[in-house]
Amino acid sequence: MTPAGSLLAAEGLHKAFGRTTALDGVDFSIHPGEVVAVLGPSGSGKSTLLHCLAGIVLPDSGTVRYGDHDVTGMNDAQRSALRRSDFGFVFQFGQLVPELTCLENVALPLRLNGVKRKEAQRHAREWLERLEVEDTAGSRPGEVSGGQGQRVAVARALAARPRVIFADEPTGALDSLNGERVMTLLTDAARDTNAAVVLVTHEARVAAYSDREIVVRDGKVKDMLAGLL
Amino acid sequence: MTLLGPRTNGGPAGRGAPSREAAGPALPALPGSPPAGPAAWLRDLVMGLRFAASGGREGWIRTALTAVGVGLGVAVLFLGASVPSLLDSWHGREKARESLGQEHPPRPADNTLLYARADTRFHHQDIRGRLVRPDGAHPPKPPGVAELPRPGTMLVSPALKALLDSSDGRALRERLPYRVVGTIGDDGLQGPAELTYLAGSSALTERLGGSRIDHFGMEFVQRPMRAPAVVLVIMTCVALLTPVVVFIGTSVRFGNERREQRLAALRLVGADVRTTRRIAAGEALLGSLAGLVLGAGFFLGGRQLASVVTLWDINVFPSDIVPDPLLAALVAVLVPAAAVLVTLFAQRGVTVEPLGVIRNRPPVRRRLWWRPLVPLTGAGLLLTVSRDVGRADSPLNTVWLATGATLLLLGVTALLPWLVDAVVRRLRGGPVPWQLATRRLQLNSGAATRAVAGITVAVAGAIAVHMTFTGMQAGFAGAHARSSPVVEMTGRTDGWAQVRHALTLLRGTEGVRTAGGTIDSAVAAADDRGRYMDGSDFRVADSVYATVGDCDRLARIADLGSCRDGDVFFTDNLEDRAFVRPGARLNLDPPEGIGPVRPPQPWTLPATARAVRAKADDDGLPVHSILITPSAVDVGRMHQPLMNLSVRYDPRTPDAVEHIRTTAMRINPTLGVVARAENRHDGQYDSLRAGLFIGAVVTLLLIGAGLVVSTVEQLYEHRRLLSVLDAFGTRRTTLGWSVLWQTAIPVVLGLLLAVGGGLALGILLLSLIDSAVFVDWPVVAGMAGAGAAVILLVTVVSLPPLWRMMRPDGLRTE
Amino acid sequence: MSIGHTLLGLLESGPRHGYDLKRAFDEHFGHDRPLHYGQVYSTMSRLLKNGLVEVDGVEAGAGPERKRYAITDAGVTDVAQWLARPEKPEPYLQSTLYTKVVLALLTGRDAAELLDTQRTEHLRLMRGLTERKRKGDLADQLICDHALFHLEADLRWLELTAARLDKLAAVIGS
Repeated sequence: MTPAGSLLAAEGLHKAFGRTTALDGVDFSIHPGEVVAVLGPSGSGKSTLLHCLAGIVLPDSGTVRYGDHDVTGMNDAQRSALRRSDFGFVFQFGQLVPELTCLENVALPLRLNGVKRKEAQRHAREWLERLEVEDTAGSRPGEVSGGQGQRVAVARALAARPRVIFADEPTGALDSLNGERVMTLLTDAARDTNAAVVLVTHEARVAAYSDREIVVRDGKVKDMLAGLL
Repeated sequence: MTLLGPRTNGGPAGRGAPSREAAGPALPALPGSPPAGPAAWLRDLVMGLRFAASGGREGWIRTALTAVGVGLGVAVLFLGASVPSLLDSWHGREKARESLGQEHPPRPADNTLLYARADTRFHHQDIRGRLVRPDGAHPPKPPGVAELPRPGTMLVSPALKALLDSSDGRALRERLPYRVVGTIGDDGLQGPAELTYLAGSSALTERLGGSRIDHFGMEFVQRPMRAPAVVLVIMTCVALLTPVVVFIGTSVRFGNERREQRLAALRLVGADVRTTRRIAAGEALLGSLAGLVLGAGFFLGGRQLASVVTLWDINVFPSDIVPDPLLAALVAVLVPAAAVLVTLFAQRGVTVEPLGVIRNRPPVRRRLWWRPLVPLTGAGLLLTVSRDVGRADSPLNTVWLATGATLLLLGVTALLPWLVDAVVRRLRGGPVPWQLATRRLQLNSGAATRAVAGITVAVAGAIAVHMTFTGMQAGFAGAHARSSPVVEMTGRTDGWAQVRHALTLLRGTEGVRTAGGTIDSAVAAADDRGRYMDGSDFRVADSVYATVGDCDRLARIADLGSCRDGDVFFTDNLEDRAFVRPGARLNLDPPEGIGPVRPPQPWTLPATARAVRAKADDDGLPVHSILITPSAVDVGRMHQPLMNLSVRYDPRTPDAVEHIRTTAMRINPTLGVVARAENRHDGQYDSLRAGLFIGAVVTLLLIGAGLVVSTVEQLYEHRRLLSVLDAFGTRRTTLGWSVLWQTAIPVVLGLLLAVGGGLALGILLLSLIDSAVFVDWPVVAGMAGAGAAVILLVTVVSLPPLWRMMRPDGLRTE
Repeated sequence: MSIGHTLLGLLESGPRHGYDLKRAFDEHFGHDRPLHYGQVYSTMSRLLKNGLVEVDGVEAGAGPERKRYAITDAGVTDVAQWLARPEKPEPYLQSTLYTKVVLALLTGRDAAELLDTQRTEHLRLMRGLTERKRKGDLADQLICDHALFHLEADLRWLELTAARLDKLAAVIGS
């Protein structure tokens, strides 16, 4: 059963890579506008959980529900389409297309959704301004600093107005100041658009931007809110 | 890193320092210090070789591709190095087996024979035929023949035997009425595909065209290749070799990124910059050495194909293709050396530092100004020689031409990087895949352009060479298409009766509409004993032609008015031959210098002979001749009179010409037969064209393989990004299309340049040989199609790795 | 921690030589970082000047280390005030947590459980600080950052320790 009012919910997720069990019966749910931090030691299955929730990876068993949709029952094309239209992503590394300018990078999800180039770029420019990196618009990712690049990436994750934003160590490659700024901008923007944020991190300071946290350890999840209740 | 164990540059840097200071400047080399000079070179090259050999699957693929590229280059170079020996053996066999008749014919003896040509042509294939009639028991024998065939039998080449035995050869069996009693050995053949026979004849006489000889073999005057042919050969080589060179250059760069990482690791443990360069060179060397072995293999395997290839009528045995040892050794040394040099060149401007690679080469802004100069210079060279070449084939002209053609071809390549840059820079917007592709090319078009340059040269060369061939052939074909359906036959005869017999036979042949014939011979004034020509030691008389024919035939040559057998006429355009006048005493066997002096054969031009107006013949030229009806002269008194038969046939009758040839063989095997409408050049270049096309396609495939490798390598470098794009929900087709565009843009630009350059070069070459410009669109289309196929191939082959790299594995940060 | 107040406190039990003072300080508070003698000397000079101590006597040889100090009345008052004043509560729980973790392990409890509970508590505090930082001025931000970093350090230490102890427990258990 999906917890009432939740936007994205997972139940009994199992996933193994060869003989390594990454997820061993995981439940999860998130509401619109909520920021949930996924904590846990390295190799505990945090990223795998994120990948399963986002429909990038199919779990071996268990279900992921997004609104009325059964994500685990979708085929590859349907899940891709869902990710294009409803999800946004921020990763630690290698996410900006090095050949495209920052503006084009931000416009990319919109364009993948079929928005016309001019329109997509106008929209993208607004997001760059919002993330305070409008002057990078014409530069290529290789020409901007790490902090700027990450802000561009956040702008890109938000540009298509996703309902859920998946952020996997979004500040992992940044210094504290830039990391904080990125987190502030990311969570502010998400709250403004009532988007849910699944935030995978191993840093408590980053997790402090969440509304609640869950802990993944050895493939199992401990929902601290549930634990408290 | 155990490889580095013995040679970590003498261990910690500080070790030798104090003693160095203490010992002052004149310090002997420390034990354990790195070797210098050639020793260091050798050691580092060997280490590179070991890296290349132990580089895992990817290392092997890279080495294998380098080896294939180098191997193809080596094979082509070996083939080039074999050309001298090839021509030597080819000409050698021709010289040894042939005789054109001896300047001083021997008297009939035990060791002489009569020898005559009995060539024919069967369905566009020339068949070399020779007749022999020994005078005694010990005649000479040509090479490859153990025993001369008896009358009514023949020896045939294996290829002719196969043709005769096939169902296609039935009509030919009818034409060659000899029993096959054996085959001619390889020594007596120019090549394995040669169609030839040697038949025994009991009817052959000197008068019917036989030459008496006492030995085979002659001083063969080598026919020099005409300049256009040389240019074509050179261009073919350039067109095929350049891509191979490009491919070698590209293939030694394969996996550069990975190699640089490895070298950086080496730097971290103490190798210096020069050492890393040498190690890199060593890695390239392995592929290169393997390529040498592979090339030898390609060459040995490829030359087996020699039997089926005929270029410029040259077809040779595989064993004839032996590289000149010196040239082969040069190839064996230069190719690996070149691979090493290319690697070192590729490393120029790249400094491998312990913690990574620094490219201190600023991004090259490709400038236009010098690039057009190369092809323009080439075109200029071609234009300046233009008018001379057809007539005078001087070595200078040939060099001039070849240089021009080569510059034009290579110049097209020089334009390509600029063109790709310039076009790509202007590309804006478009759908996402297009945008991804153009942006990628804007960032770095070098690798793709380098690879495509090979395509450009190959295709431009192929188009130009094709056009030239096609133009030449179209010229021939045009000339032949205009000519009437006429077969002409020429041969020795012994009298008018043979002409009558021949005409009867011809008129009874399927497809023949009309047949006519004359006998022609030279006639001089009776008292003219000849005079010495300038600089020669034989005498030649002032002669005119005498044409023997019936009234119908003669009426075609001149307006006779009335004519009856026994009449004699002379054409009114013989003003400068004052001795031709009614009643004049003439000689039917005028001195002609060669052979013993024969007694004169006096004949009186009858007093009734009339001057008549000459008509122009089929070719528009009027005849100058004494016209004699058959009964007015005894042809037997003429010296070696020529029978000229002309047959007009119905072109709609299938194989009419073949039937006529068969009849001609019955009339006299030594008759020369020429069908005017038959284009002898048709098919002459077919195998060359096919070869060129195959070569171009193979080149394209080769370049395609190179593009696949560099594309996959690039995808691999981007695997994390690809995973991220997949997470975004990017469609696979979107990225697939971007790979396609990324390949397609440079290839299409390259092909456009190639077509432009190829057409320009082709037009220039055609104008050199005064041929009408004729663009071989099917070939252009074929090449464009092959280019499109390469694009598709590269894309399709790159898709599985692309799909694989779009998996979420790349998202893992640990 | 104030060295001056500590030394004063030590003198309350009776006059001491400078060298004695250092030894007593090291014994009680120095742990693995003993007090430098120069610090004692300079601190005592300052206290002398402020009238919080006096020189009670000098032994033969008269080096600075042979001075004997005694606390004055003013000094006694000063110590009392210092002890009475409450410290601003700092989220500086290392020693307590350390004790708890060791105790958890010794009593066979799950260190990870303890960690999770503590982290939730920490995060709750950190969320508050983060929120305050978002809305506050620069000074607020600096203060909050200071606290956040300390809290994070706690958690890190806790995580590391938990991981180590789990491993250790596993080794012992097996």
